[in-house]
Amino acid sequence: MTEVSISGKVILGLEGLGKIVSNLRREGYSVIAPVFEAGVMKLAEIESADDLPRGVRDQQEKGTYRAEQIEGERDLFKNNVSCFSYKSFLHDPHLCVFKAKKDENGFTIEKPEREEKRFAFFGIRSCDLTAMSKLDDVLLQGDYVDSAYDDRRKPVMNIAVNCTTSADTCFCASMNSGPRARANFDLALTEIIDDERHVFLCEVGSDEGAKLLCGVPFEDAPDEDDRAADVLIVAAAKMQMRSIDTSGIAELLQRVQTSHRFEEIAERCLACANCTMVCPTCFCTNIFDVTDLTGDNAERVRHWDSCFTLSYSQLHGGSVRQSVSARYRQFITHKLGTWHDQFGGIGCVGCGRCIAWCPTGIDITEEMAVFRQLAAP
Amino acid sequence: MQQRSTIAPNSFDALIPETARVTSVRKETVDTFTMDLDRGFRFEPGQFNMLYAFGAGEVPISISGDPADSSRLVHTIRSVGAVTKRLEALRPGDMLGVRGPYGEGWPMAKARGHDIVIVAGGIGLAPLRPVIYHALRHRDDYGNVVLLYGARSPEDMIFESELHRWRGRFDMGVKVIVDRAPSSWRTHVGVVTTLIPKVYFDPIDTIAMVCGPEVMMRFVVREFQNRGLTEDKIYVSMERNMKCAVGLCGHCQFGPEFICADGPVFRYDRVRDIIGIREI
Repeated sequence: MTEVSISGKVILGLEGLGKIVSNLRREGYSVIAPVFEAGVMKLAEIESADDLPRGVRDQQEKGTYRAEQIEGERDLFKNNVSCFSYKSFLHDPHLCVFKAKKDENGFTIEKPEREEKRFAFFGIRSCDLTAMSKLDDVLLQGDYVDSAYDDRRKPVMNIAVNCTTSADTCFCASMNSGPRARANFDLALTEIIDDERHVFLCEVGSDEGAKLLCGVPFEDAPDEDDRAADVLIVAAAKMQMRSIDTSGIAELLQRVQTSHRFEEIAERCLACANCTMVCPTCFCTNIFDVTDLTGDNAERVRHWDSCFTLSYSQLHGGSVRQSVSARYRQFITHKLGTWHDQFGGIGCVGCGRCIAWCPTGIDITEEMAVFRQLAAP
Repeated sequence: MQQRSTIAPNSFDALIPETARVTSVRKETVDTFTMDLDRGFRFEPGQFNMLYAFGAGEVPISISGDPADSSRLVHTIRSVGAVTKRLEALRPGDMLGVRGPYGEGWPMAKARGHDIVIVAGGIGLAPLRPVIYHALRHRDDYGNVVLLYGARSPEDMIFESELHRWRGRFDMGVKVIVDRAPSSWRTHVGVVTTLIPKVYFDPIDTIAMVCGPEVMMRFVVREFQNRGLTEDKIYVSMERNMKCAVGLCGHCQFGPEFICADGPVFRYDRVRDIIGIREI
């Protein structure tokens, strides 16, 4: 078997996918992939490529997510982002920071043991890959490193899938984060289905990715297949109905901070925090103590938090952001504006989850268009 | 250059405090107390620590002690929430958790050779006391040193005996003012901004350091500007909810700034455009 070099492209079949999954599992990876369960595409561990659902079609709109499995369809990836993102696996929703135990001298602090886990994300889309590099910027590139995230992040293998369809909520093309995976992957697959074949154009992104092809039956990719994949990906980009114009966006948001539009949004916003929970780049956490009934054992735990909660901005004398409009402003100005100052670039990858999972259908692309209009001279 | 934690940086372990014991507690006002701890480390005036009360949680508290004294850590705390009330209940010998120091402090190096005007409101004097200690210890490095202190009433003033001592010095100017006072009060009544026109400093050669409620700081800055002091010579200390103190939890965001890492002390022109926005 010849070794494939980085950025080399090969064609493989379903059998090959199966071999990649088993290679990963043999290396000790938990292979996480989108599976169809309870009417949604969710992320869960698979044991073999046979666990990948066939023919799932999802429909995502403002405040709507519907998915169904079409009988007789063969495709694996002709759908869009899962309801939750991969951040749940890397940035624990619930984490013990330390344990403290009372004793006769006061108390002692102990650091909890943490199970080692190696994740392979099979079928991760370009938007989520980009989101991962944005989380890296936040949690790994500052003066202090979030080592809990670092432990999970370091061994990650990404088997990306280039999107060949877009949901109504997708706007990755305008955010320059998809639908084609450009970086941060070990392998990137494009699913090609025609009358005779069901194959995957596989691009190698790293040495580790090349090693995964060990024992996988493949052929060198002919130019026609490369072009066929391009056509599919470009078509997916063209399907996108939503977009955000990112030119001068940070400065623009600074100008509209006192706009009454935020109050109009707040009339619809429930401050439920759904958008921030499904967002693949929202990273905020709360840290608090939990004690047992004896009062002798305390655990300091870290949870995901959201700028939409009242307690998020709690100070002596009450919360700084009492109104929902101020909390929505914090969300959108941080995500699309001040992220530039803090980490470089924009905090949004255009996955559209916040639009689909907002119970009242607030649409970040629509609101941004309104702000652009309001800021126009 | 700021001093980072004595606890190894670049680690999630930065969220794990070390234990320390209370060596003394002094009551400052009805709800404010000063607590000494049995361990010390180097810090810059204006930096803060995270104090952990067993089973209750952590709070960011400015260090109010002498930066030259590395034998102990001193914090002045207003008891207003669940954690600070638990800290208030601690007695000498009791244990708490401490990690730090964090943040960017007051511009002591930049102020060298210049007049320093300190304006504090209420407990806002606590993070400025290390400035006074430092300036008095290195008295020849600075020009005039002036403290303007405002409190709600004479009973609400912290560090009262030290205020008397500082006021008795010939190398430092001290003026105090209260919002309301009994008839026995013989000095100023009103808001702290009214003291600014009453003291001597050279506006082109002064660094102002301001800490108090946000609304107070905004009016103080306006008054300084009336005296000809430019925004790049005025420093303010900001406050927001804080959970991690190391720039990872998101809570202390103030516009583009993380108060824990970029502040808490900011040159005024850096926060000018956001400080006046409601609920920011």
